[in-house]
Amino acid sequence: MKKLRLWPHILRTSRNEATLWEENTMKLNRRIFLGTSAAAAASLAAPMSFAAGHGKPHVVVVGGGAGGATAARYIAKDSKGEVAVTLIEPTRQYYTCFFSNLYLGGFKEMDDLGHSYGGLAAGGVNVVHDWATGVDREAKTVALAGGGSVSYDKLILSPGIDFVDGAVEGWDLSAQNAMPHAYKGGSQTELLKAQLMAMPEGGTFAMVAPPNPYRCPPGPYERVSMVAHYLKANNPTAKIIVADPKPKFSKMALFQEGWAENYGGMIDWIGEDFGGGNVSVDPAAMTVSIDGEVTKVDVCNVIPAMKAGRIAELAGVTDGNWAPVNAADMSTKADADVYVLGDAAQQGDMPKSGYSANSQAKVCANAVRGALTGSKVFPAKFSNTCWSLIDTDNGVKVGATYEATDEKIAKVDGFISATGEAAELRKATYEESEGWYAGITADMFGA
Amino acid sequence: MRIALTVALALGMSGVAQADGLGDAEKGAKVFTQCKGCHQVGEGAETRIGPHLNGVFGRAAGSLEDVRYSPSMKRMGSDGMVWDAATLDAYIENPRALVSKTRMSFRGIKDAQERSDLLAYLRIYSDNPADIPEAEPTALGTDHDIDPAILAIQGDPEYGEYLASECKTCHQSSGANDGIPSITLWPTEDFVVAMHAYKRKLRPHPVMQMISGRLNDEEIAALAAYFKDLEE
Repeated sequence: MKKLRLWPHILRTSRNEATLWEENTMKLNRRIFLGTSAAAAASLAAPMSFAAGHGKPHVVVVGGGAGGATAARYIAKDSKGEVAVTLIEPTRQYYTCFFSNLYLGGFKEMDDLGHSYGGLAAGGVNVVHDWATGVDREAKTVALAGGGSVSYDKLILSPGIDFVDGAVEGWDLSAQNAMPHAYKGGSQTELLKAQLMAMPEGGTFAMVAPPNPYRCPPGPYERVSMVAHYLKANNPTAKIIVADPKPKFSKMALFQEGWAENYGGMIDWIGEDFGGGNVSVDPAAMTVSIDGEVTKVDVCNVIPAMKAGRIAELAGVTDGNWAPVNAADMSTKADADVYVLGDAAQQGDMPKSGYSANSQAKVCANAVRGALTGSKVFPAKFSNTCWSLIDTDNGVKVGATYEATDEKIAKVDGFISATGEAAELRKATYEESEGWYAGITADMFGA
Repeated sequence: MRIALTVALALGMSGVAQADGLGDAEKGAKVFTQCKGCHQVGEGAETRIGPHLNGVFGRAAGSLEDVRYSPSMKRMGSDGMVWDAATLDAYIENPRALVSKTRMSFRGIKDAQERSDLLAYLRIYSDNPADIPEAEPTALGTDHDIDPAILAIQGDPEYGEYLASECKTCHQSSGANDGIPSITLWPTEDFVVAMHAYKRKLRPHPVMQMISGRLNDEEIAALAAYFKDLEE
């Protein structure tokens, strides 16, 4: 009981790997007191004791985000025990990258974005908290940082993104504390928020936006909106500079309208035409050079060019920065028994988003289960919607449906919010995005 | 008497009822008698059990301040539904097909000509003709009800379960309703009718129009068959 009382304090103040296990265990203890999830605790208590066997086909999923968690959950749930599913995910508490901008803007608490894997474990998924460090596609095994390996019949990689080395001159991962990317949910998000809150009066917040393709196309611009929202209330003379290598961006007309209406004069977006792609940074001096002009800044959010999470490269299924996949089932072009979901996949027309990854995971789960158990495989259908928040109760969205063709995932139909929409509709759109967050996280984690 | 006189005056002055392909306003005044228990229209009309209908053409659904609308009707309004000839016609034909849990307790008018007459009558009291969305005469008086053959399709719940995975990105299988409506445990017919109303773009929501737009009749039936029993 003493530990139970400490739990909220620990959750708030420390998220490093050493305490995460304890934190998670205590969270589960709390669940047991609530009488919900004894099975989850039991299976997490001995995560390494699993052995693929008993003649069951075995699916290994690497990465417990929108793609991997969904795929693991659906295969375990729909196969009703016929397929053994192991999920390899290093963190015990998953913080979504989607909605993290709303934390920066003060609309969400960090705890609102955190999810445990207890629901998946209770649903029959063997959750292993470890790093996958390599894949032997001949032997069909995945090596773990903690030692040993896990064998698979089908391997699903959903590792999200990593950053391209040298993408922004002067920046590498060793500079991520001085100039955070905050483009993976969790500690980086908290760091950026802390830096934002510590900005001096009238200071400058800089963002180096990424080139295409990257995770969450409207993400950087929603972030600019949320930073502006915070500054308008707390530091109204502060400025925001965005250096962008692109000539245009997702929902551009909607964001620019919203910025002009709500944050007039605060945001300076420098696109490709004005040298926004000619950028270098100096993390020690806290300066940004844009097209030769050096500016001293107080916060610098560097979002570098992205590539598939490293395990996809180690598995040898990437071509360039991403892993090419077949649209019908998300299997890789390189190996019919290895699938790649979400941001890491090169699939065609879908944007890299949590919604897309979740959508692809269901198509993949259906195909993998069919291949292993002979269950009926239905045709692939994909969809995506991205909501963004511009200001309080001012939400916008863009979405599309997709189908599988021989070449790629191809767009079928789409829509986007209009400029000049009524306040009532924008408010309803924001409320809908909250409904979506509750829906997709329940769909991912089964909680 | 006063209403009849007003109709005659309005018709005499503008002839509007004939000009836009709607029916006969005088006949519509008689059709309106079955609405009068709840709705008023014309000079001095007030909201009683139901909202007054002055200016209903061009009005956003669920937008009068003094009316206690159902959450379903409020949602239609915030999703952007505006009353025009097409939406009013669909609503009067079968209110629940367009707005699932509307508080308007009315079985609907199946006769297309009667609806067209009623709309011609109501339109007289929408006082800003510039705001009235014009509709092709041929677009009016069509049958908004679902073909009984479509309603009779027995959906395949297994296919429905797979298709439903797309719905569950937003709609929770627990039936929780956090800004996105619950779609579990709906009677099959209500589900099918609602999905076809999105497919025909009578219901306004863009995501739902897009999702339903590529579902065929069998797929909608399969989803209905799956969701009707989904309880977690």
